[in-house]
Amino acid sequence: MPQVPLTDYITLAAALFAIGLVGFLVRRNPITMLMAIELMWNAGNLAFAAFARNFGDMSGQVFVFIVITVAAAEAAIALAIVVMVFRHRAEVDVDDISIMKG
Amino acid sequence: MLVLYWICAAVLVFTGVAVVASRQPVHSVVGLIVNFAALAVLFLTLSAEFLAMMQIIIYAGAILVLFLFVIALLTIGNQPVDRGEGRLVFQTVPSVVAGAAALALMAIGVRAAWASTAAAPPSDFGTVPSFGQQLLTTHLFAFEATAFILLVAIIGVVLMAGRKEVRF
Repeated sequence: MPQVPLTDYITLAAALFAIGLVGFLVRRNPITMLMAIELMWNAGNLAFAAFARNFGDMSGQVFVFIVITVAAAEAAIALAIVVMVFRHRAEVDVDDISIMKG
Repeated sequence: MLVLYWICAAVLVFTGVAVVASRQPVHSVVGLIVNFAALAVLFLTLSAEFLAMMQIIIYAGAILVLFLFVIALLTIGNQPVDRGEGRLVFQTVPSVVAGAAALALMAIGVRAAWASTAAAPPSDFGTVPSFGQQLLTTHLFAFEATAFILLVAIIGVVLMAGRKEVRF
């Protein structure tokens, strides 16, 4: 069974991260932007798991678990912000939420 | 293993582009579910079986359901889809250029880096018992810190979403 080299996994993670980055910059719907952020979290997780397998160290896998937990907290907080903004505005466009502009 | 990797890589890239490019947020969520499933299969090829389970249960089971609930909540009256090319007319081109530049930098760096060949891991690598043993002994502090982060997130969500009057 031929092994997939480490660089292939890391290159795939880089591609996923770039897709998420472009999505985050292009889209203006905050929910879609959040999903792009989730893509970037997952790209990092893939890199962690690939390095953990390559070096035979379980610490990378444990860190993926912690990243998943933090991503869940981030998604919950961000979606709460979206819901809160939507209660006072009929539409959710990140360009309209400029209350914190200095 | 090699065939499985390339199938999963194709699915990951295709669904990732679909998540970013689709107009309706619900279509993005469906793409994201397939994306997470393919990533779970990749975790299995990396002998991380516990992570594959967690990917399905936490991500596809909990986080995406949360996304679906919020989308369903917000699209009762009108649809919060993007309003096409709005005020930021020149947003797309610089964004794609920045993403391509970041991808090129990362790919060049990865290809140039030295990587040892993967030795065969021990037989209990990535299994639930060894994972739990690592999590609760070596990485106990990170585990406790994660619990604190989740507590803060719960309090924050209740404070923000549970309040009636919020001024903007």
